[in-house]
Amino acid sequence: MRTSRRARIAWWAFGTLVLAFVYVPLAVIAINSFNQDKTFGWPPTGFTTQWWSLAFDAPGPREAFLTSVKAGLGATALALVLGALLSLALARFDFFGKTAVNLLVILPIALPGIVTGLALQSVISGFLTPVLGIPAGLFTIIVGHATFCIVVVFNNATARLRRMGTSLEAASADLGAGAWMTFRRVTLPLLSPSLVAGALLAFGLSFDEIVVTTFTAGPGTPTLPIWIYNNLFRPNQAPVVNVVAVVLVLVSILPVWLAQRLSGGDAAGVPDASP
Amino acid sequence: MRRKVPVGLLAAPLAWLLVAYLGALAMIFATAFFTTDSFTGAVVRDFTLENYREVLTPTYLTIIVRTLLIASSVTVLCILLAVPYAWFMARVVPRRWRGVAVALVLVPLWASYLVKAYAWRAMVQPSGVLESVFGATPGYGLAAVVLTLTYLWLPYMVLPVYAGLDRLPTSHLEASADLGAGAWTTFRRVVLPAVKPSIAAGTIFTFSLSLGDYIAVSIVGGKLQVLGTTVLQNNTLDLPFAAALGTVSVLIMVVYLLAVRRTGALDNL
Repeated sequence: MRTSRRARIAWWAFGTLVLAFVYVPLAVIAINSFNQDKTFGWPPTGFTTQWWSLAFDAPGPREAFLTSVKAGLGATALALVLGALLSLALARFDFFGKTAVNLLVILPIALPGIVTGLALQSVISGFLTPVLGIPAGLFTIIVGHATFCIVVVFNNATARLRRMGTSLEAASADLGAGAWMTFRRVTLPLLSPSLVAGALLAFGLSFDEIVVTTFTAGPGTPTLPIWIYNNLFRPNQAPVVNVVAVVLVLVSILPVWLAQRLSGGDAAGVPDASP
Repeated sequence: MRRKVPVGLLAAPLAWLLVAYLGALAMIFATAFFTTDSFTGAVVRDFTLENYREVLTPTYLTIIVRTLLIASSVTVLCILLAVPYAWFMARVVPRRWRGVAVALVLVPLWASYLVKAYAWRAMVQPSGVLESVFGATPGYGLAAVVLTLTYLWLPYMVLPVYAGLDRLPTSHLEASADLGAGAWTTFRRVVLPAVKPSIAAGTIFTFSLSLGDYIAVSIVGGKLQVLGTTVLQNNTLDLPFAAALGTVSVLIMVVYLLAVRRTGALDNL
């Protein structure tokens, strides 16, 4: 379609406005982390780095950061194994109930997170703690996160398995390799970039998750997002919250950026991942 | 390669999803029919429909309708912003810059959800950014919630619509123009029918995510009550009632999914 010069200008103006809508609020948080004014009125009254040093010395955010890293690593490891196994089973084999299994993988992100959270919480308080003696804490956070991280690994691995086709695996079998040998020497090496990408996305997803975590984290083990949420409404904590918020954005974007680079821009993390 | 699936491949992941997830879900759906001991607050396994009866009282019906209203407004606003923006990315931006345009929308999607909601607190707060730049702010409340949720879920609408527009052959648009259709007619008769399934796919996200949200509402909504916040409030005091409220949001979502399935949206996820 031909677009007139005037229409072209209008389109670019519209595009710029939408991008401004997307980026201005994030920029405001970044700027506010250097804002001298403790009530964060706009425009900022002066520049300071004292909130950053204050945040680095505060024990609360540091412990929460470590909890988040541990939870992210644990959930990613579990999701990696379970998601990879599932993708192999569904992409390479036919079996009864395959569609149902496919639906089951997507369910944890399709249903509202608050329902998943509530469900997991009732298992923790009704079964894990009284029967098995496992209190809400790092372990339950990892279980909750792994449940919805599986789908990210699964999606990436499945997309890769479909693109790969089966000819190389068939060639390996023709050359006399057994199933295990074929998996180890052919399938796994070809699959591994997508597994790394999936793992990075899973980590990113786990790191900033808050809805399910609210229900699965005990009072003693806040993750970084929970720590922010708990301190959000305390005016005297606002400067530190701003700094931690900026850190949270950077740490959750970095793995995604890496995943995109690794998979040549087609890491299938979006829009399948919801909070 | 179509052999019998080795048990080892399926056993662990299936056991996990069935036990850790489906088991938990079943438990919460069952809990919605239990009662709470008013003295200890513990869940008592006596069958009752009382929780659902309470959900249908005017107090909670108002909250459910309000939540639906918010979810619908957010969905409509996301469509109104996303369709033109996706068109801008797919048809106006030169091909070599398209990747950058897509990335620019995609990156904030992964920036922490919590921080993005928090960022809008700084925008709408008294003497915040909106007030000092535009001279007015909606303040904490319904308008701020709709604005913030639209902001949060916009990428979930832009991406499927962009994918849909990208698939639309230019020849269709040219044919429409050659047959004498103006820009508006072409949009209404050619573009819109083609991207309808993509839009429907996007609405699944914007609708479902708005429906279950309580974090953004508690951050910018002031004292506003929605389904999510009531679930959270009842969670410690009256778990069966919270479970009933949660089940309502699942039911609404199932009805919604069945409704949009006809448009082919589910194949576009």
